Amino acid sequence: MGEAADPHDGPDVLVSIRGLKTYYSIRGSFFARLLGREAGHVRAVDDVSLDLRRGEVLGLVGESGSGKTTLGRTILGLVSASEGSVEFEGREITRMSERQLRALRREMQIVFQDPHASLNPAMTVAQLVEHPLQIHGIGTRNERHTRVAETLGIVGLSPPEQFMDKYPSDLSGGQKQRVVIARAIILNPVLLVADEPVSMLDMSVRAKILELMLYLRSELNLTYLYITHDLATAKFFCDRIAILYLGRVVEIGPSESIYADPKHPYTKALLRAIPDPDPRRTVPRDLPPGEVPDAARPPLGCSFHPRCPLAFEVCGWETRDLRDLLETRWALQAQELYEAEQSVMGDLTALDEPAAHVRLKAGSGHSGAEIVALLDSIRQASPDAPFWKGVKRINAEGDHADVEWHEPIAPRPLDHGTTTVECHLYDEDALAEAERRRAETAPVAVER
Amino acid sequence: MAAPVVSVRDLRVYYGTPRGTVRAVDRVSLDIGEGEVLGLVGESGCGKSTLGRGILGLLPEGAVSDGEVIYGGRNLVGMAPKELRRLRGPDLGLIFQEPMTRLNPLMRVEDHFRETLEQHETKLTDREVRARSLETLGQMGIPPTRFRQYPHEFSGGMRQRIMIALALVLRPKLLVADEPTTSLDVIVEAQILGILSDLRRSFGTALLLITHNLGIVAEACDRVAVMYAGKIAEEGDARDVFGDPAHPYTRELLRSTISLETAELHSIPGAPPNLIDPPRACRFHPRCPSAMAVCADRDPVEQRIDGGRRVLCWLHGPEELIPDGGGAPLEREEIAVAEEA
Repeated sequence: MGEAADPHDGPDVLVSIRGLKTYYSIRGSFFARLLGREAGHVRAVDDVSLDLRRGEVLGLVGESGSGKTTLGRTILGLVSASEGSVEFEGREITRMSERQLRALRREMQIVFQDPHASLNPAMTVAQLVEHPLQIHGIGTRNERHTRVAETLGIVGLSPPEQFMDKYPSDLSGGQKQRVVIARAIILNPVLLVADEPVSMLDMSVRAKILELMLYLRSELNLTYLYITHDLATAKFFCDRIAILYLGRVVEIGPSESIYADPKHPYTKALLRAIPDPDPRRTVPRDLPPGEVPDAARPPLGCSFHPRCPLAFEVCGWETRDLRDLLETRWALQAQELYEAEQSVMGDLTALDEPAAHVRLKAGSGHSGAEIVALLDSIRQASPDAPFWKGVKRINAEGDHADVEWHEPIAPRPLDHGTTTVECHLYDEDALAEAERRRAETAPVAVER
Repeated sequence: MAAPVVSVRDLRVYYGTPRGTVRAVDRVSLDIGEGEVLGLVGESGCGKSTLGRGILGLLPEGAVSDGEVIYGGRNLVGMAPKELRRLRGPDLGLIFQEPMTRLNPLMRVEDHFRETLEQHETKLTDREVRARSLETLGQMGIPPTRFRQYPHEFSGGMRQRIMIALALVLRPKLLVADEPTTSLDVIVEAQILGILSDLRRSFGTALLLITHNLGIVAEACDRVAVMYAGKIAEEGDARDVFGDPAHPYTRELLRSTISLETAELHSIPGAPPNLIDPPRACRFHPRCPSAMAVCADRDPVEQRIDGGRRVLCWLHGPEELIPDGGGAPLEREEIAVAEEA
């Protein structure tokens, strides 16, 4: 991830990504657009640096909203980068024109998740696979025909004559994905981006497509970018794995290290969550709560901190974490209790603005001291919840209560053995700073 | 197994397509016990969703069903639509794969619950409706502060929790969940599975969990029925079936499943058959590595083996029905790669 950290800069790097950001602007309401107001950005890819080495399979693994698909598309120039650079064989692609990109696409191809949607139902297999050759004006009709037949053979659709005149609707899911792959390799690309190529296929045929892709790698010297949410298939396919969370690479390293010794708490959670047909296993219960947050309003500090069981002082505790804490409690409470507590807390909208400090106005007829007392009782109920480590000070003043959290520190990528991980648990400086703050504030000051 | 909530006997569900009649469910028998979690697992097109819907009497236009689905002493097959509608909700619930398409985007969460409860439990007061809704939502982890929000304000996992709460608020005896976690991320999927496998404790509801994912069944279910080409290939205790599969299809499917423990890639030759013109005799015989001569010739007979497991495979007999030479390995042409998926 860090430029200086990667010793593999050199001739074997096929794609070099540095400080890449891809932001989508949110279209606000009609009036906001009319007035030219910006509604904000979704940070789909947020400062990613990594190298794709020639001949390797790099896995981009993450949940929906992690930015893995956007990253893949930015590398292909299908989505334009907001900042940073992507060099493909030394050529900067983020500033290329559409015409330049089109020429480059002979060398980089993509296979999408849904083979049913990627194939025009009105075209025959032969037409579909020949199409890229026509677009790039390659060969005579006869030459193209021969090339199509060869390629169908390579992807296991043989004898090719049996398939050429068929339509996608005549094929099984796996056969369709073979056609998609044939179309992607017919131009002899160097790089193949495979975006969830097996996740729509039945279990009994997934292995065949993975095996085909591994065969093509050795046969055609392909380099793969394998985009998936599935760490189990990635284990078989990838040399290196990058774990993405909310637009950032939180951990990257050789597959062996990622599986044998995951570092980031998020990687550990992902591995635990994969269902396993081992009859002795039961549903894992110790998983992070909640879901991947909105990339338009990412959490402060480390994006994973609200779900992290090991988060501490400097990880970025803030207003919205307090709202989550209250709401999680209220979900399980009897209606009367919840209503009583809610009337003390009053309007919670102050907690929607991300900040490490908030002034809460108590509900009408209640005082700030009551808020403090309520928060204190919540803390008593589970004093070890990571949230309380982040609280620096809570105090009351008339009908207000002030809650202050420790100033967040943004995590940075650090080498740790063979992997690079972006987590304060592995950052000596962050740990020392947390220690210092703990000494300063302990115990959590509750002034009334 | 506890007394069955639903007993399915010889259920057949056929429907017409321009290409011919699809025999999606072909003489299936199945019991679901009170408070039990039964996993129904199979590949796409094996008829598992049609079976789930057939049990609830929810069939597409033009579908024909025959056989018995006994609930509360009555056969749901052939029951008048009006009567069936009365049972659906308070007795039989359904959760779909894509929660967004089932929630009305113009209605608040509150209104969804109000509508559901008012339709089936007319005697509740406003306050009771609210209390029941909030309690059920709370158990699914949805806080009361979000009761008045619209579906689009929730994440995918939250919407699925709302759908589950909406089905459970009527306290049904049986819930059919059709791929309830397929569109969710893996961590959220595990959260939802945790909720579903706790249903019997929190609500006493029996669950039919339909999925293509064997890992999900192993983790969340008591019993499992493995479906192939419209028929139940094997059914029994989930631990037994996964620990020592009796049907070659179960065994091959388990070997094909890619998990973190998988040591080598494996696949089943060929592809699942279409159900318009399925292979004769045992429908798995063209793909079965253990197939015998009899398998291509005669329909297998359901056998009971140890621990009450049922299996539909000639490997388990009965010996007396296998003709001379029927036990010899099946001679056949190699399945060409062309026939492969």
